[in-house]
Amino acid sequence: MTISIDPQKTNNESLQPKGWLRYFSFSLDHKVIGIQYLVCGFLFYLIGGTLASAIRIELASPMSDFMPRDVYNQVLTLHGTIMIFLWIVPVVNGAFGNYLIPFYVGARDMAFPRLNAVAFWLIPPSGLMLVASYFVDGAAQAGWTAYPPLSITTPQSGQIIWILSVLLLGGSSIFGGINFIATIIKLRRPGLKLMQLPMYCWAMLGTSLLVVLSTPVLAGTLILLSFDIIANTGFFNPVLGGNVVVYQHLFWFYSHPAVYIMVLPAFGLVSEILPVHARKPLFGYTTMVFSIMGIVVLGLVVWAHHMFTSGTPPWMRLFFTIATAFIAVPTGIKFFNWVATLWGGKISINSAMLFSCGFIINFVFGGITGVALAQVPFDIHVHDTYFVVAHFHYIVYGGTVFIIFSSIYHWFPKVTGKMLNEKLGILHFIITFIGFNLCFAPQHWLGLNGMPRRVAEYDPQFQLVNQISSLGALLMALSTIPFLINVFLSVRNGKDAGDNPWNALTPEWLTSSPPPVENWEGEAPLVEEPYGYGKEISERT
Amino acid sequence: MLNKNIYLILIISLVFAISFWIGFNVNLLPAEASINAPIYDELFKILFIIGLIIFIGMTIAVIYSLFKFRKRNDQIGDGIALEGNLSLEIIWTIIPSIIVLLIGLYSYNIYDRMGGMKELNHNHEMMSSNTEKIWAGISQTTDNEIAINNLSIEVSAMQFAFLFNYPKGNFISGELHVPVDQKVSMKMESKDVIHAFWVPEFRIKQDIIPGQPTILNFTPTKVGKYPIICAELCGPYHGGMRASIIVEEESDYNEWFNKNKKPEVNL
Repeated sequence: MTISIDPQKTNNESLQPKGWLRYFSFSLDHKVIGIQYLVCGFLFYLIGGTLASAIRIELASPMSDFMPRDVYNQVLTLHGTIMIFLWIVPVVNGAFGNYLIPFYVGARDMAFPRLNAVAFWLIPPSGLMLVASYFVDGAAQAGWTAYPPLSITTPQSGQIIWILSVLLLGGSSIFGGINFIATIIKLRRPGLKLMQLPMYCWAMLGTSLLVVLSTPVLAGTLILLSFDIIANTGFFNPVLGGNVVVYQHLFWFYSHPAVYIMVLPAFGLVSEILPVHARKPLFGYTTMVFSIMGIVVLGLVVWAHHMFTSGTPPWMRLFFTIATAFIAVPTGIKFFNWVATLWGGKISINSAMLFSCGFIINFVFGGITGVALAQVPFDIHVHDTYFVVAHFHYIVYGGTVFIIFSSIYHWFPKVTGKMLNEKLGILHFIITFIGFNLCFAPQHWLGLNGMPRRVAEYDPQFQLVNQISSLGALLMALSTIPFLINVFLSVRNGKDAGDNPWNALTPEWLTSSPPPVENWEGEAPLVEEPYGYGKEISERT
Repeated sequence: MLNKNIYLILIISLVFAISFWIGFNVNLLPAEASINAPIYDELFKILFIIGLIIFIGMTIAVIYSLFKFRKRNDQIGDGIALEGNLSLEIIWTIIPSIIVLLIGLYSYNIYDRMGGMKELNHNHEMMSSNTEKIWAGISQTTDNEIAINNLSIEVSAMQFAFLFNYPKGNFISGELHVPVDQKVSMKMESKDVIHAFWVPEFRIKQDIIPGQPTILNFTPTKVGKYPIICAELCGPYHGGMRASIIVEEESDYNEWFNKNKKPEVNL
């Protein structure tokens, strides 16, 4: 028996499963891969969120009484690692990037579809491996930063599995980054200029440059660390003459840009969402592009601000203070531009808009504490305290996770052809916003007054504030319930969305919802003004 | 138009007034017990006020836009086709740059007053060797000042305790005793993993690193007992890694010191 394959149809019709099964297949369709990333990331978000709840239950009382101390350290390590490497990075980059970028550049798929599928399929096994390490011999317990010598002296199997898992996830991230750069630069539809691309493309271009430049450094560092653990080498082991501060430099050379890998795509996504629901062009397109690139360049030279108490020479502390504080300038430009985008619009107050505005408010707050933390004398007191914990949750949860939800409300009709329920969506927003601020705002005070991070026990005078914080965490956990109900109900019985329920102008809306396998029935449309709101149709060309 | 401007000026002054009021009246910090602390709190107050102005201003702008420019039921069509405004963009590039630069210069000044810019050397008569490389912590004193008093203390940290060695008295203590209003110089080294020495009331923190001594100098200003907290994850009992620093009058300190002092052993 011979199987004849029509070369034209290899990718999508004869060999690929159809219906829901395709989401469990090695599909090469960028839209399927995008949804795979999103759903997979969300499942890990639920796991990471459960771990966060466990932390907040432990911290509801001053004594270490909910779980054993070493398990607590495993929980906080897994919480950080899962939320960063399995939820935020894959979702804001992999999920939305894969779904949207080919539409935005007018392509039928990503530049390297097979690499794309490989990049996704690295994630579930490495994530499962990471979670399973808890059941083998205990998970890693040196925090997501894995500072030696602690990471060398804690039980080895968990730490080695952690390293292996992060290496695979880093590899996935690099594959994705290369793919995005190639797609944005080389697969643009003829006639489409770079400065006509929707802002998310620029955000993903900047992010992917950071991924490609800095992730290999993390990989190299973790490989050296694993040598120290398995082969008794002495790169970072002071007993053998190694230097522990060098690890911190190498680690943060990736892990500070990683913050921008988590927030720049969110900046891109919010730039797509606000103009549509405010019915106005994105304010200051050109400055937005330059500020993204400014953040990319500055983001590479600020890493040592994580090490102000590690023992760094004064000149180095000063340089990193100034460089870090200056990131506030391009970031500030973006926020002013978003507010200016809202100004004078005809704003629909819906779930997508509310989550985006929640993002602006939360992120401004996190950005302000960030500028304060950049100042060496300020940082020396609050470094490694709950002040820092509060700060980065304002950035990654109040910032990026709010935008992930905003994006889900915005693009759900595109992906499924159904609308999400607005009432449940607004309920979801209200509980999340209140819960989030209740959980993290009081933690600033805790840090300033003497509660270090990563502790299972604390002084009794901090109990009340910790309980308020735990109450906020409970609300955050509950807020996923209306969201999940909404998604499940709407997928089955949601109101039909039509092809373009928001009357948006960006290219992904100029096809059917859900889109056909190769994105457009005919040729891809040429969208020269993705934000041409308020203009006559004829002016938009 | 005049009316509009008056409202804008009114709102901006209100935001400033509220921020200054909160900044001066809401204290978020613990007691001040070292020379560092009031300097730190000065910086904190300034950053807090600037932060509040920006945060309240941006929040008002977002909420006002949502309310004022919300789509009414009878409205159709788009908002104004405004794609940018060069002079506005220049304003909100230059003003934040100036603010950030001023904050940077100001915090440099604060850091200098805390002694952060001084070259650090730790003159230990018993331990000193010229080749030893010491990485900077924060300093509030010069070498000569340390050498003349007894307050050179060696801190060793291990899972999960601090030990304080008083070389001049030839004894080791689990509690750190220091006299009030005198400069203290500590040389710190870890026996196993990274720890950190943090006294919130002093607003100082320095990592204690294995294989790499660090220095921390400070001057306590208030008699009392304060917690020493390990701030770097160091293992399962990290949360319980505490010690106390007891700041006492000089006479009390001398009494304690002489009680614990051991005669030097000449080998």
